[in-house]
Amino acid sequence: MTETREAAPGSLPIDLAIETHGLVKRFGHRSAVDGIDLAVPRGAVYGFLGPNGSGKTTTIRVLLGLASANGGEIRVLGREMPQQLASVLPEVGALVEGPGFYPFLSGADNLLRLDSADRHGSSATRHRRVNEALDRVGLGHAAGKKVRAYSLGMKQRLGLANAMLRPRELLVLDEPTNGLDPQGTREVRSLVRSLAAGGATVFVSSHLLAEVEQMCTHVGVMSAGRLVAQGPLDELRSAGQAHVLVRTPDGERAARVLARLGLVPGEAPGHGVIQGNGLDGIEPEEIVAALVADGVRVRGFSVENATLEERFVSLTGEGFDVVG
Amino acid sequence: MLVALAAVPILIALAVKLSSRPATPGRGPLFLDRITQNGLFVAVTALVVCVPLFLPLTVGVVAGDTIAGEANLGTLRYLLLAPSGRIRLLLVKYAGAVAFCCAATATVAAAGALAGVVFFPIGPVTLLSGDTIGVGESVLRSLLIAAYITVSLLGLSAIGLLISTFTDVPVGAMAATIVLSVVSQVLDNLPQLEWLHPWLFSHHWLGFADLLRQPVSWTSFGENALLQAGYIAVCGALAYGKFTTKDILS
Ligand SMILES: Nc1ncnc2c1ncn2[C@@H]1O[C@H](COP(=O)(O)OP(=O)(O)OP(=O)(O)O)[C@@H](O)[C@H]1O
Ligand SMILES: [Mg+2]
Repeated sequence: MTETREAAPGSLPIDLAIETHGLVKRFGHRSAVDGIDLAVPRGAVYGFLGPNGSGKTTTIRVLLGLASANGGEIRVLGREMPQQLASVLPEVGALVEGPGFYPFLSGADNLLRLDSADRHGSSATRHRRVNEALDRVGLGHAAGKKVRAYSLGMKQRLGLANAMLRPRELLVLDEPTNGLDPQGTREVRSLVRSLAAGGATVFVSSHLLAEVEQMCTHVGVMSAGRLVAQGPLDELRSAGQAHVLVRTPDGERAARVLARLGLVPGEAPGHGVIQGNGLDGIEPEEIVAALVADGVRVRGFSVENATLEERFVSLTGEGFDVVG
Repeated sequence: MLVALAAVPILIALAVKLSSRPATPGRGPLFLDRITQNGLFVAVTALVVCVPLFLPLTVGVVAGDTIAGEANLGTLRYLLLAPSGRIRLLLVKYAGAVAFCCAATATVAAAGALAGVVFFPIGPVTLLSGDTIGVGESVLRSLLIAAYITVSLLGLSAIGLLISTFTDVPVGAMAATIVLSVVSQVLDNLPQLEWLHPWLFSHHWLGFADLLRQPVSWTSFGENALLQAGYIAVCGALAYGKFTTKDILS
């Protein structure tokens, strides 16, 4: 059933769970998604990042066949979409733009109803699967409560339970930790890890970069409808500039040394800390040696990789206003 | 809503029972004057009273809510992702609306029969053709009328379903459906628009008098069924076209 992408010469073929080429979705004349080429390897935990209104949810809707694309190709689990929608969706668990449930039914009844809407869900195991999913998201005790009486985080958890009603090959989670308490957030993280460990691919959109750094293996960054970066997390992070931090009382002298070595010195947050940017081709130990040789009293020295946040801001811009 | 529907025949029965003045024949709803002599007429009278407004109202609410209600709750996307399939979902939703039509008329008829038995004497019924039929036969005729009215409401249900695929606001779809049912009846009463009348989905709504003759004349039943089937086909096709290509952005 699985198909592989045409491999570039000399490289191994990569088995992709989600693959798009030039995907476009327009609302009126505005492109919400503007020709993106997603490549989500199987088994990856793919963090889909981007500022508000950058087109993450819209992309997810199109991937799942809720909305039709205006252009481009989509393959999900190796099958053409939306032609093979009916055979792909049973393998996909999804949480799209928040949960949606009947307020007058209990959590368990909601899941039962959604599961019975799916012809592929066996009715013999339905109750057991619903209870297991509820236990997995920590809603075992609130299963009989009406959804009307659920808190935001409880609804979010119920949405996650719905995505996991059956074993899935692919999970598409749109901001799964939205509204969750710290325990819930941790729980989701370990849930995502355990799903990935079980062989599933997880495609998760989020704003919480720290979250993404902790659980994702791959990252894609959206900005104003375009995919501005994509790749393994480490690659993306190391593409950002690393810098050194020198803790010293001799700030000026240290800055001179750093400048002589070709780094760009700057004030770092914290008292008595000098930052040196542009660590290209210089080994950290050479810097320390040069500092000490010049009589700089080095009390601390560290090499910092660019954080995902820095990388994210440099990719998507500092501006706070939503690109409309 | 079914409870509200059941209240109609009971109210009618109580009103007739408690009023001292005998109802003047020919005034008020059809058969109202006959209720005191024969409780079996309560059901038929109640159905007649409900056809122009009360039943279309409830059917409009149910049919208008079908798709738009799910979209509004955000459950539509999860039903489609389950996956339930768009065509299947549309069919199931229409079947639900049809089931409601059956339940609605059956409720009115049953509550009417019950109220009739409780408050009034029961006896053989004289039909419009002058023949007299027994109690069993007349119950059968009441059911026939209920079936006729159910069929009458199927076209409206299809219209409601169609409107419901166009919006995420269920109240809007409900209101539009109900307004259409009123407009159709108003147009049906304008003699200047006679050419239009046979095409109005409400044209045969009160045409079940034929079922109260001996032998039963099926012409109006057939014409009504054909008209409603036409509405189901057209609205169903349009709803299919709209819903299967629609972007679900709710
Ligand atoms: N139903 C709609 N009609 C018109 N435009 C829309 C619609 N839904 C979204 N958009 C536009 O598409 C763009 C992308 O929206 P989308 O919801 O995909 O953003 P997002 O990345 O999910 O944002 P967030 O992080 O806030 O969830 C936005 O500019 C938005 O205004
Ligand atoms: Mg979003």
